[in-house]
Amino acid sequence: MKVKVIIMPREGLLDPEARAIRELLKQSGLEVYSLRVGKIVELDLRDPSEARLIAEKFLVNPLVEEFLIE
Amino acid sequence: MRFGICSFPGSNCDYDTLYVLRDLLKQDARIVDINSPKLSDFDCIIVPGGFSFGDYLRAGLIASRTSLGQEIYNFASRGKPVIGICNGFQILTELKLLPGALLKNDPFRFVCKAVNLRVEHTNSRFTKRYRDKEVIKMPIAHSQGRYFVDEKNLQEMKSRSLILFRYCGPQGEIDSSFNPNGSIENIAGIMNKEGNVFGLMPHPERASEDILSFRDGLMLWHSIIS
Repeated sequence: MKVKVIIMPREGLLDPEARAIRELLKQSGLEVYSLRVGKIVELDLRDPSEARLIAEKFLVNPLVEEFLIE
Repeated sequence: MRFGICSFPGSNCDYDTLYVLRDLLKQDARIVDINSPKLSDFDCIIVPGGFSFGDYLRAGLIASRTSLGQEIYNFASRGKPVIGICNGFQILTELKLLPGALLKNDPFRFVCKAVNLRVEHTNSRFTKRYRDKEVIKMPIAHSQGRYFVDEKNLQEMKSRSLILFRYCGPQGEIDSSFNPNGSIENIAGIMNKEGNVFGLMPHPERASEDILSFRDGLMLWHSIIS
């Protein structure tokens, strides 16, 4: 079964990469209210409940990131 | 002293560190290969700079989960000294041997230049040969060096004098204009509570010889050796 782990920088934490992309859009005349850059890790596994363990143990640093499983 | 320099795929400061310790300082220094991770023979472990495992997922993460990473953890847990430089610092935070994380620089770009650092405390085994509040110069070269830590750990680090190096101006001014990467409180190097693990973004191994214009890194090595 395929599951996606979506990893985002914690809300409120400075994300200079997102800021740069937002600035690029702005210069191109496309203003957005907010923009965040994260990562998606797609897993194909027999036991989808293992996705959480994998995320917590390897994929996510809870100090600076949050995640959801889809 | 017997130094082990842990080399991961993508480490690129391992041989610079070996050169300084073995050839300049005449220490018994050796590269530790990822395939034979035995650290018990060493007195001090260096985790050198570079881009271990291509910085995949998070800088330092994959190295920290290898058997050599676990050996570094065990070595430090026995109270023996470990120094992480640049990517090595990132690996030590991923191992949770040091608090906090190293995030993308603000502004987001690779910085490669010499910076001034203020030696905040000299009552550590890593800085005892410096003078208190001495301003020294070392190069930095990274894109993920913005040190971040939660408020509780930050306060503890301050009250226990665990912040050893801060980015500063030529007179030792601690100011955001001298902060090359957006690190919280200009932090460039920290030590753990137990006083045996030290992580720093600047490169002392690139500042140990006159021919490279800087030699302020030498006192760091002499602090450990003496």
